[in-house]
Amino acid sequence: MQPHEVEQAAIRRGTMRRWLLSAPALVIIFLASFGPLFVMLAFSVLEKGDYGGVKPWTFSFDGWANVFFQHDIFTGELGFADAHLSIFWRSVRLSIITTALTLVLGFPTAYFIATRPRKTREIWVFLVTIPFWTNLLIRTFAMQEVIRNEGVINTVAMRLGMISEPIQIMYTDWAVLFGMTYVYLPLMVLPLYASMEKLDFRLVEAAYDLYANRFKVLRRIILPLTKPGIIAGSILVFIPSLGAYVTPRVLGGGKNMMLGNLIGLQFGKGNNWPLGAAISITLMVVVMVALLVYVRATARAGGDDRGR
Amino acid sequence: MAFPDRFDGLPAAPRCEGVYKVTGDTRGNNVAIDVLGVTKVFGAADSGFRALDKVSASIRQNEFFTLLGPSGCGKTTLLRLIAGFEFPTEGRILLDGEDIAALPPFRRPVNTVFQSYALFPHLTVAKNISFGLEMLGWPATKIASTVERMLALVKMEPMADRLTDQISGGQQQRVALARALAPNPRVLLLDEPLSALDFKLRKEMQIELKRLQGETGITFVFVTHDQEEALTMSDRIAVMSAGRILQVGSPREIYDRPTERFVADFIGETNFLEGEAKVAGDRLLEVRLDAGATVKATAPDAALHAGRTTVAVRPEHADLVPGDGPADLTGVLKNIVYFGTDTHFHMTLDNGVPFIVRQQNTPGEGSGFSIGEQVGVRLHADAAQALKD
Repeated sequence: MQPHEVEQAAIRRGTMRRWLLSAPALVIIFLASFGPLFVMLAFSVLEKGDYGGVKPWTFSFDGWANVFFQHDIFTGELGFADAHLSIFWRSVRLSIITTALTLVLGFPTAYFIATRPRKTREIWVFLVTIPFWTNLLIRTFAMQEVIRNEGVINTVAMRLGMISEPIQIMYTDWAVLFGMTYVYLPLMVLPLYASMEKLDFRLVEAAYDLYANRFKVLRRIILPLTKPGIIAGSILVFIPSLGAYVTPRVLGGGKNMMLGNLIGLQFGKGNNWPLGAAISITLMVVVMVALLVYVRATARAGGDDRGR
Repeated sequence: MAFPDRFDGLPAAPRCEGVYKVTGDTRGNNVAIDVLGVTKVFGAADSGFRALDKVSASIRQNEFFTLLGPSGCGKTTLLRLIAGFEFPTEGRILLDGEDIAALPPFRRPVNTVFQSYALFPHLTVAKNISFGLEMLGWPATKIASTVERMLALVKMEPMADRLTDQISGGQQQRVALARALAPNPRVLLLDEPLSALDFKLRKEMQIELKRLQGETGITFVFVTHDQEEALTMSDRIAVMSAGRILQVGSPREIYDRPTERFVADFIGETNFLEGEAKVAGDRLLEVRLDAGATVKATAPDAALHAGRTTVAVRPEHADLVPGDGPADLTGVLKNIVYFGTDTHFHMTLDNGVPFIVRQQNTPGEGSGFSIGEQVGVRLHADAAQALKD
């Protein structure tokens, strides 16, 4: 064999071995991420079973049609599924507001932690993660204790004479926002902190030196340089918010449903698994489109920063 | 060289033409920065670390002023106080006669070249340079023309649209300089800006810095621990140690006439000789050295007294002579170190004190001296400098 043939054979062997060695991981990733999706996709195009489940090998697009359209109960006319659309809209709206709120609250928090001495930083990060130790459902019920009519906020405010009647917070969008912001705040703080910890604070000094006041330093230096953290945090908050189940269920009540509750309903009392599967996939598509738009937009904004 | 006014709306400060020549006057109108009794303590006022201890200095307009000292001597702290990143515990800092000690950095017409360069990684070279101008609210056309001139000044025009991590260390250095010079500050502060460069590039940038200072006429305050850099570049040097300024003077004054042992020792090589002194005139001592000879020694006011004293003699301010001839000092040659341009002769004097003589090399044969030989030393006139104890 010529020397270069030997070399190529060695490269081929190396490539083979790499694929073989990573095969277990690839199989797990493939099965775990695409397997359930295929099941969902299959369920969404089957006919619904009479008592939940689906009828195998009986194909039907009713599930998908019912996502957007419904037959009027009385006249049988086909119209838009207003209930579904308004739940979609409420979910997107509440998720965007939640993302914005966690960003506004999380940014100063992460900045605070990142500017502490190295040793104390770890303690602060540790404190941020403490809520994860308790079950989400229990934390949500605790939240209910804070905001319900006889809860902490209303009791204290009434004692202080700030209000004469309890403010109805429970079972409103405010309650859902309040709960989701609380629940997802750590998911914003942690990636923000990760990117801020890498921020070279000598750049902040350099900007001060070049006549930038505090606000301009924030806008021109800190925000652009921590953008990866902002994007990561926003994604981590927005996506689970969109599919949130426990928080809107407990704090929002039956009237303030979000997508997660709607899907849950179809698989539970609704006995309409194909519809539930179709809504789930729709939710996923919405998330993916939102992500694409967001990433495109921020990439373009980044290009502007370079002034080309 | 015509430069635009720094701040629109504020009158431009008067500028001297060319490099201002140093005179004895330090309190005239020519002072750019006056540091008055500045103390900086980090931590608690009584128990904290005293980085600067009642430091005073006058930095003149258009001067290349160097703060020289070992790490931890307070030179960078003094620079940061002038820049506004730290505030003095005590004392005042005047810029053109105005107290700036309480102003934040973005209100001082002073710019800094950082040791790490601190270029903004998300901005191009051109955008880095224009940053300060945008913050000052200059009109766009003026910004564009200034950036162009700055790029030309540091020879970086082809790199204008690169990001700062796409250029070499030496180029980053140039951009950092251009960025700090662009707003035409009253004073440019340079915090060991050349320490990250390799030897050859450093030499180039030293010349470059001098050129830029000449062309812009801006006062440079330069921090370094490299004595050679300080000697070659500065109009005046302030030697610092342990939070104090020990001596301020021209490179020649600092080198030839050190007033303290630390200064003599820190800058260049020096022989220290002990002796008994008596006053012999204005700034002159007559010292009977323990090693034998009696020499006339120049003395700063603080060292002008009779009694025990130390004199410093530079190795090149003495000649090695054969042991049997007339000589000021005698001893045994212990080692000969060849340096190319010159040779160092390490000897031990008769009273056991080490002494080094440096001789220029000439083409041809060796020095003619050999190790173990009895040799003599002749001191040049004016070679001895008495030190404050």
